[in-house]
Amino acid sequence: MLLLTCPYCGVSADETELSPGGEAHLKRFGPGSSDEDFEGYLFMRHNQKGVHFERWRHTYGCGKWFLAARCTASLEVFGTYSAQTPEPPKEIIEKIQAKRPDWSLT
Amino acid sequence: MSHRLPQGGRLIDKTRTVSFTFNGQKMRGVAGDTLASALLAEDQMLVGRSFKYHRPRGIMASGAEEPNALVGLGRDARFEPNQRVTTTELFEGLEAQSQNHWPSLETDIGVVNNYLARFLPAGFYYKTFIHPRPFWKYVFEPIIRQSAGLGKAPKDRDADRYEHFYAHVDLLIIGGGIAGLQAALAAGKLGKRVLLIEQTAHWGGRAPVDGIELGGKSADAWIAATVAALGKMKNVTLRNRTMGAGVYDHGYALAYERVTDHAPMVDGPRHRLWRIRAARIITATGAIERPLSFAGNDIPGVMLASALRDYIVNYGVAAGKCIVIATNNDDGYRSALVAKEAGLEVAAVIDPRPAATGDLIEAARSAGIPIKQGMAIAEAQGGKRVTGVKICAQDSDGSTGEVIACDAVGMSGGWSPVVHLWSHCGGKLIWDAAQACFRPDPARPPLSHDGEGFVFAAGAADGHATAAAALASANAAVGAATGHAITTRLPKVAEAVMGDLAPIWIMPARANIQKRAKMWLDFQNDVKVSDVQLAAREGYESVEHTKRYTTLGMATDQGKLSNINGLAVLADALQAEIPAVGTTTFRPPYTPISMGAIAGEARGDIFQPLRRTPMFDWHVAQGADFEPVGQWRRPYCYPRVGEDRHAAVTREINATRGALGLLDASTLGKIIVKGPDAGRFMDMLYTNMMSTLKPGRCRYGLMCNENGFLMDDGVVARLDEDTFLVHTTTGGADHIHAHMEDWLQCEWWDFKVYTANVTERWAQVAVVGPKARKLLEKLGSDTDLSAEALPFMAWTDAKIGGFEARVFRISFSGELSFEIAVPASQGLEFWETLIEAGAEWNITPYGTEALHVMRAEKGFIMIGDETDGTVIPQDLGLDWAISKKKEDYLGKRAQARSFMDNPDRWKLVGLETLDGGVLPDGAYVIRAGRNANGQNNVQGRVTSTYYSPTLDRGIAMALIHNGPDRMGEVVNLTDGKGGQIKARICSTIFFDPEGEKQNV
Amino acid sequence: MSDLSTLTAYVSVTELPLQGMITLRADLAQKSVATAVKAITGLAMPAPREIVEKGGYGIAWMSHDEVMILCPAAECSAHVATLDKKLAKLHHLALDMSDARAVFEITAPNAGALRDTLAKLMPADFHPDTFGMGELRRSRVAQAAAAVWLTSPKTARLFCFRSVAQYVHDLLRVSGAKGGEVGYF
Repeated sequence: MLLLTCPYCGVSADETELSPGGEAHLKRFGPGSSDEDFEGYLFMRHNQKGVHFERWRHTYGCGKWFLAARCTASLEVFGTYSAQTPEPPKEIIEKIQAKRPDWSLT
Repeated sequence: MSHRLPQGGRLIDKTRTVSFTFNGQKMRGVAGDTLASALLAEDQMLVGRSFKYHRPRGIMASGAEEPNALVGLGRDARFEPNQRVTTTELFEGLEAQSQNHWPSLETDIGVVNNYLARFLPAGFYYKTFIHPRPFWKYVFEPIIRQSAGLGKAPKDRDADRYEHFYAHVDLLIIGGGIAGLQAALAAGKLGKRVLLIEQTAHWGGRAPVDGIELGGKSADAWIAATVAALGKMKNVTLRNRTMGAGVYDHGYALAYERVTDHAPMVDGPRHRLWRIRAARIITATGAIERPLSFAGNDIPGVMLASALRDYIVNYGVAAGKCIVIATNNDDGYRSALVAKEAGLEVAAVIDPRPAATGDLIEAARSAGIPIKQGMAIAEAQGGKRVTGVKICAQDSDGSTGEVIACDAVGMSGGWSPVVHLWSHCGGKLIWDAAQACFRPDPARPPLSHDGEGFVFAAGAADGHATAAAALASANAAVGAATGHAITTRLPKVAEAVMGDLAPIWIMPARANIQKRAKMWLDFQNDVKVSDVQLAAREGYESVEHTKRYTTLGMATDQGKLSNINGLAVLADALQAEIPAVGTTTFRPPYTPISMGAIAGEARGDIFQPLRRTPMFDWHVAQGADFEPVGQWRRPYCYPRVGEDRHAAVTREINATRGALGLLDASTLGKIIVKGPDAGRFMDMLYTNMMSTLKPGRCRYGLMCNENGFLMDDGVVARLDEDTFLVHTTTGGADHIHAHMEDWLQCEWWDFKVYTANVTERWAQVAVVGPKARKLLEKLGSDTDLSAEALPFMAWTDAKIGGFEARVFRISFSGELSFEIAVPASQGLEFWETLIEAGAEWNITPYGTEALHVMRAEKGFIMIGDETDGTVIPQDLGLDWAISKKKEDYLGKRAQARSFMDNPDRWKLVGLETLDGGVLPDGAYVIRAGRNANGQNNVQGRVTSTYYSPTLDRGIAMALIHNGPDRMGEVVNLTDGKGGQIKARICSTIFFDPEGEKQNV
Repeated sequence: MSDLSTLTAYVSVTELPLQGMITLRADLAQKSVATAVKAITGLAMPAPREIVEKGGYGIAWMSHDEVMILCPAAECSAHVATLDKKLAKLHHLALDMSDARAVFEITAPNAGALRDTLAKLMPADFHPDTFGMGELRRSRVAQAAAAVWLTSPKTARLFCFRSVAQYVHDLLRVSGAKGGEVGYF
């Protein structure tokens, strides 16, 4: 039962108030893209044991999607941030590296 | 015999008697008793039969760890099996029944298993019932099921109510012994929001029973003063009869409050499940005494030494008149001293340690209690109650020795910290060799969302054997949990100094196999020392495998009594160290919690949300036959007296096609999409072009997901240049709205588009049939609703019969049809107005089944029937609704994948049976030959099939391999009964292919 | 389960008559939005999660691009027209949503009982330090979406979708039934 803070309304929300949306920062490939790119976009996921960037929606609250950086093994949450962010923001990366010096964004 | 003592009993009030029954027999206890103490006071030493061998069993413990004394409580709608007598508070009129026996507790035929015990070793079931294979299903399983299971399942609907409660605290303290109280005091003084819970009805835990002095006062006095001080703190909540059931991720914890179990006459919920979010948790859950493994350690009258002491001190009840204590540690001597002080004869203390000394041992000696050092119990004697013990040297095989007569035996194998709650969420343990126990490893706690440990252990649960250490650890735990220096004073403790225990795992050390086969490790699951040793010999090295093979520590025990003794025996058999063998996983709940508590309020009418349209009550009053559509309840049909469903549906369709029908379409999803980029967004959502739709007009459209599969369909109306109204399926409203917001927020956040789900703002009624326009004209409209002014697929705002309405000329039935939306608050009134005005045309409300049949007659697809998440629009012959001009839409790229683009797919066609009958739902279209599994080859399947009253014959739609190229071909379908039915492939449009009826 | 009809209330639950509600979606940071909303309600734009109310008018912050305007139901269409006119140059969406929702008034004998009743059904933190007057908490009540705010220490208003009004009403009745007093808050 996770606890995540919605970056839009500031509510520390119970997992039952949220809906999960899978891996974040996927790049959409549309018509004209190669089979390989499209397959990667549609099906290939990191399925990380460790630091993971993921999508959540504050369904039973403000209704906004947001992104979270979380360790899938220890469930430590490094931060939540706006869904309108094409890649993990610098301050989140710094937070993760402060706690996990060996980790880097791949 | 067990009996009530003339004096003593700190928790009871002897002036108030309480009557109860056990197996129908009337008995009496006193206020403050548990069912266990009351049974013992009545000399009811035999309370149940064991699970596997049906051996006679008595009360073993005094708390949650009780493995044997499980009973059925109450009757009928208030019957509940497997209740521990030790945690059941006595109340007037309580009814208890013992379990696992037939025909009676005293005479149980199942005890034959006991004599067959040597033929029922570990893994017996796996080994015996595997061959011959068919015997398992037809012979063995039914017999085993008959005799297996703890207790009987209740038959009646539970008459009680239950609820949940969400609490958010800084600190949850589990366990109200002296460590928990001290922790609450320290945290309370820091101003933290504290919740302290205790599973029993009383505060203070074992300290008062152990005769400890705190702050120069009795433990009872310190506890009372501390509870009073905590009661005054506004930031501290105390809750007794509330058990910490489980600890989960991110500080989530479940607590189980037994609100009225002890007072069923009081109105209120029976149980309350606390769903707690705690920033930090302290587990002050105490410790549980371990049994000793000697032959006959399960005979009624043999119990934990601490339990024997609890019954004397707390309830003024003696387990016997002549007591023997067997202990490998000093604490056991406390029980001997308490028994002696209570005026009982203590025949001996059997201590396998050759030369132990200490305060308590000396006190026992001075009290004149015979102490047998270096000795062991070779066997306990007796059947339904213990009659004596044979003693021998610990370092022997126990074949010879003197017999000491006694009628109760207290045993103590040392104490195991209750580490369950620490462990539930991943807290790790370390082995404490001095005390021979696992204790929480503070370096490896469960982690919370901040990456820090969030559970801290205190008191005996942290492995502290003395009150002084326990109290100090409570302060330390609060300090660690809060990051504050703790200045709360610790009371001065006066307690006995104790020596080390001897890790004695079987008694005597060289006991032979006959003895080891009578040494119980897990009383509840009937697992003996010999079983674990056999498992080790058979190659079960992992403790988790051994657990499953032998059932050690399963069910409600969860390692409470059996854990360390079992591990020690396994380690010895494997010639390994105990920490190398490790423990099994502790799983929540700590002790079983009721199903009712888990369900909470979600039962009966409020089991789940039931969505009602504004006209719902009218449908109910008309006797509608409802069906669930998602969480909505929609009328399936409106049967009249004497009509079955089929007749009602037929009548509704004929009336609608003949003159006038009325459908409550309020459940249809309605979403507003507005903004300068609305057209662009709509073009991405739909496969067809929506941006070219003119205001005032409607267009049918298809929505696919990125996989290319059809996910929803419906009619879009353009309200103005910037605004579209999207209609979704009934089940689609919420998830399509979420889908839109997902793309707008996460991918195209540069689009200037706002959406709003307005489904519930409108009541929507479909007025359908040749007389539809006549009805509206009769009601009067401020707007021209003629075919010229409002043609098919147009919409307009209008005032109809005085109602502000939006009228759509759309049809899902093939008839002349107006779908009319009015504000939801006026929906019922509008509906009733239509019904009244339509009487002259026999206006007929119709349900979802008539809707389905009429749409199928017209060949319209239904999401969820013709689609199943693997169907693309092209499969359904809907290529006309897929724009070739658009560069992109959701699903376009996916539909270009080779297997989607393949002409070799199953495609939608109509089917008509040669005999006019109705095909079964889901029938397969079969092809010659059989597949590798010997099954029919298939080339398609039926997606919708109905009896058409309009055509008076069966109609169906099916996805068939290359279907549209095979018009007129006759195919074979399965009839679901092993036979086949012949049907001819035809067009999906069975009725009015030119649309002459709807375009009028 | 105890039949709903056998329960006696210690917390009363009343469904209120149609409450005017206008959903306005727009960039709330725009001055023109605050001005337009003030013209209707006479109130300043609330902070995140806040609800402001005075004399039958109110504004509830729903998300960073959405507010809900409370007003008499009969005035809704006029106010929607006003918003559309005043915000004509700004991308926005204004809708009369009064009919989409049901509003309940919950009245408890004391402040603690009110919070206890809510805390049985909603996973939000209702401690006075965390949830006070003037905050609108959007969450779920058991299995349905709902939002709740305090109108006085002993009364709360809760709104939910119209279709689940009966469900929510029954939930609140069970939660506030005699015998279920928790005494936590």
